[in-house]
Parts: sequence; structure tokens; C-alpha cells
Amino acid sequence: MILHRRRLLTATAGLAGTALLGGCDRFATTDAGRRTLGAGEDANLYVQRLLMSGTTTAREFPESMISPWFKPNGSIDPPDRAYKAMAAKNFSDFKLTVDGLVDTPLSLSLADLRALPSRTQITRHDCVEGWSCIGKWSGVALAEVLKRAGLKPQARYAVLHCADTLEYASADGAWLKPKDPSAVREAHAAYVQLAAAGDWGGSPTGTQDGDSNDAADDGSGGGRPIRYYESIDLFDAFNPQTILAYDLNGKALPVSNGAPLRLRVERQLGYKNAKYVMRVEMVSSLAGFGDGKGGYWEDRGYEWYAGI
Amino acid sequence: MTASPAIDAPDKAAPERIGRQGRRLIYRHPLPIRLTHWINAAVLLVLLMSGLQIFNAHPALYWGAVSTFDTPALAITSEESGGANRGVVYLGDRKFDTTGVLGLSKANGVEADRAFPSWATLPSNQDLATGRRWHFLFAWLLVINGAIYLIYGLVSGQLRRRLIPEGDQIRDFGGSVKEHLLLHFPEGEEAKRYNVIQKLTYLGVVLVLLPAMVLAGLAMSPGVDAAWPWLTELFGGRQSARSIHFIAAGLLVLFVVVHVALVLVSGVFNNLRGMITGWFSIGRVRPAGEEAR
Repeated sequence: MILHRRRLLTATAGLAGTALLGGCDRFATTDAGRRTLGAGEDANLYVQRLLMSGTTTAREFPESMISPWFKPNGSIDPPDRAYKAMAAKNFSDFKLTVDGLVDTPLSLSLADLRALPSRTQITRHDCVEGWSCIGKWSGVALAEVLKRAGLKPQARYAVLHCADTLEYASADGAWLKPKDPSAVREAHAAYVQLAAAGDWGGSPTGTQDGDSNDAADDGSGGGRPIRYYESIDLFDAFNPQTILAYDLNGKALPVSNGAPLRLRVERQLGYKNAKYVMRVEMVSSLAGFGDGKGGYWEDRGYEWYAGI
Repeated sequence: MTASPAIDAPDKAAPERIGRQGRRLIYRHPLPIRLTHWINAAVLLVLLMSGLQIFNAHPALYWGAVSTFDTPALAITSEESGGANRGVVYLGDRKFDTTGVLGLSKANGVEADRAFPSWATLPSNQDLATGRRWHFLFAWLLVINGAIYLIYGLVSGQLRRRLIPEGDQIRDFGGSVKEHLLLHFPEGEEAKRYNVIQKLTYLGVVLVLLPAMVLAGLAMSPGVDAAWPWLTELFGGRQSARSIHFIAAGLLVLFVVVHVALVLVSGVFNNLRGMITGWFSIGRVRPAGEEAR
């Protein structure tokens, strides 16, 4: 009897260990696994929204706590020619497009944006990797911009289309991930057409401008540039601390930190705070953008709700 | 097989019976305690391994609100030394070579720069997104399982009766330390209750370490920080909370190592039977003749 139990216990422990070490990795790659693991995100979104109101803001810090160096991460020098052309002219011809489910589509220059009521906030930026920096951001509340555009009743999300290409999708759908910055530049020269300001991002409804840009890239060698994008819902879009920032620590936003304009959505992790924002598109659903998960990193397995 | 008691009545004395070979068996662990114990063990293993995966994304710790990248309190990295790559751990200014385990280790036979080795992380390859999903789902399981354990423990009186040291135990604290060091484990009546070190350790893990773990985890969340800024402040800032979360994880690993070691040396099958079936042997009934003498 003892021996049986002994064998049973050993077998159970061994089985459990093997199942855990090998099985967990496989489980996470199945659809059911992904759905199961996603339950944690749903619970976090639900509970955190219970704890917060629309006007709950992230903590703001004194000037003395500003980090001496605000670590740039992700894209720090977009390889896109259209972006480089804009940067060379100090973003004087930059226009932010606000469109989608709005009453009045807008096209706003940096001067237009700076003329709107501004907000300055010293907040902590928390990267999904684990580090934090404190910076002073000045910009215009996204709510101010959206109020001027006027939302159609179906609008539920703001999609931020960005200027920076992170990788290329080949014609057969495989990812062509650039290995180093020089490879990015070469691939770029081969594939990427100049995108005129205002043409950023494909639209699910297929706006001519957006699609013709991508189609041209496909025709030139099969590598469609995959640019950064992000999305937030109206709960975050209308938070007073959610701003389109043009200044960092009292100076114009440097290229490495997202010039000329980046999103600050302070109650969420760094990757939600899209840099190089070219276009804000109001939509009713996130399907049709990228893989439909609501952002570049979301399409690669990260949570859409990044409040934790 | 004798039937288990129908209910885990909160009576003073645990049910007792005589087993095979004259073993005196007491019903030591009621079903809710056994279930939550094993669920907790599995959940903590997933949380530890996925936590190490998350740590690997930025393998450095700091104190305060933000990261002081040049002066981490702890960093696990790899660096070239004499033409070869070495895994190193920096603890403040002190440097330790940890090649093979920390900083530089083999994953599938290939040398890789990673803070914690492949066998210690979930998933085994470098995949922060999936690691986070495991971690947050199992964090919920930890909290729900822990709440069930605590509510049951409080309502049934188990927590108070089993874990609060009794007066005589506190007075003989030194004696208990000595017994532990000599690996003497009590039998008979004394084996019906935990010894004082055991009680204090379990209390510390259940009421201090695990709650601190959960709270420090929450303190790192920008959403929770917006809703409850006092929590992050309580830990001295977000990066301090991250460091405390890491240290608390280390203390839990230490607890588990000692716990398992003591389970092994104090009668592994009796202990396991206790935590699986509930019945724990406190020794043998003496033969009648012996008792008469």
C-alpha cells in the first residue's frame, strides 16, 4: 500500500512537473490558451474601471523629480522618408489629421495645436519592460481636439496612426523584421513610397489615400510597411490628462521621444503612449486595423488594456 | 478506508482514529485547507516562473519612483571579459560572476544573454507578452484562492487555533529553536499542534509575505496608482515596489525550500498524506503491556 502510494505520488509529481514545463508553453500558443490567458486582462480592465472615474488622473510629480534622462524606447529614429522630410523642415509642414466618425474632419498644424488650450503635467512613464521615468509634458488635451471635430454617436475608439515603420509584411503575409537600422533604411529605400502627410494608416473602409499608399508599396517589391498604431477608448480619450504632447521638459519634443506629437495616456503603460502621431481616426470598431487587436504591440500579444 | 468526518467541525479536538499498524491518526487538515494549499503551490510556481520572464525584460532593480539606469540596486547582465562573454550580477557596486545560470545561460543548447535561464521562466523562450498574460491570470487565482483560505480560516477558527502560538510555546521559544536545529520532531500529543517557529513562519507567509506580494504587484500598475496613489507611495514609489515584489518572491522561494526540506526530513509520506487525505500520524499506540508498566 505504502509502495503504491509512493509510486502514485512520484508519478503525480513528475507528471505535474512535465505538464507544467512543457505543456504551458504549448498551451499558450493555442487559441483556447490565448483566450484563457486573456481572461486576466478582461478582469483587470473591469476592476480598474470600477476603481476609476473618467476624471481620475495619474499622479503628478514636482519639478525636482523629473528624470535627468527620459529613456527613448521602441522607434527612436523613424526610417520613413516622409517622416525624415518633415523632420528636416522642423515639422513646419506637419498636419495632424482628425477624421473617421467625426462631424468635421480637421487638419491641424503644430501652430494650430499650440494655439489650443494647453496642459502641462509632470507624470511617470511606466514601460511594460519594467522601468520608469518622470517627464514634464505639454500639449493639448485630446478632448479639446475631439470636441472641435465633434464625434458621431457611433464613435467608440480613437485610433492613433503613427509615422514610424517597424517592420515589413511581405506579399505572402510573412513578417520581414528588420534586423538592424541600416537594413531598415535599405529595405525602406526599396519598398516605401513617400507618404504625404495625412495619408497615414489604412482605413477599414478603404479610404483611397491610405490604400493607394500601401498598394504602391506592395507593387514595388512586396513589402508593405507596418507602422506603429495604437487605440484608446472614449473613457481614456476624454480624460483631462490624455494629451497630444508637443513639448517634453519645456522643449519641443525630440525625435527620439516622438516628435512632433505623441499621445500621453497616463493611466496606462508606455506602449499605449504612441509617438510620431500623424492622424487620429475615430472608429466604432478596432477590427480592420492591423490584426484587429487595436495596436502594433497588441497584434503581437500584448494587452490592449495596459493599466497593469 | 475509514470515512472522513462529514464536516470539519470547529471543535477543539481534531478527529482521531487508530490506523493500520497501530498508528494514531488525527484529522489534521480539513478539505478547504488541503485544496487551497495545493492550488496555492501550483499558482505560486506559475507566478514565479512568469514573474522571472517579466523581470528578464528589464533585469535591473531600483529604489524610489523611477529608474536610475546608471546606478541600479541590482542588475543581471552579461559582459565581455577576456574575450569571452560572462554572466554577471551587480549588487550595488559588487559584482558576481554567475555564468551559466544568471546573465548568460544556454537555451536549447545555444548560449543566450538572459537574466534568468530558460528553465526558470514561463514561457521558456523570451516572450514578455505571454509571460504577462500568465502572470496576471494566475495573480487573480492567487488572490481568489487566498481569499477563500483566509475566510475559511477565520470563520472556522482554524487560523486562530492552528497558527497563533500558545503561551507555553512562546515561553519555550528557545527550546523550539534547539529542537529544530537538531531536527527533533515531536510525537504524540505535542505533534497535534504546530511548533512555535512553524506557527510564526506560516503566519508571516500567510498574513505578511503573500499580501505584501499582491500589494507590491498592484502598486506597480499605473491604473491602480492613479486610483490609489497611497499604495504606490506606501512602498516608496513604483520602482521600490518592483524591488520589494522581487525580494518578497525571493523570500517565498526561500520559505518553500525550507518548507519542502522540513517536510522531507520530518516524515515525507506522513506529511504528504496529511496534506492530501487530511490524516496525519502522531505516532503509534504503545502495546498494552508497555502501557501497564
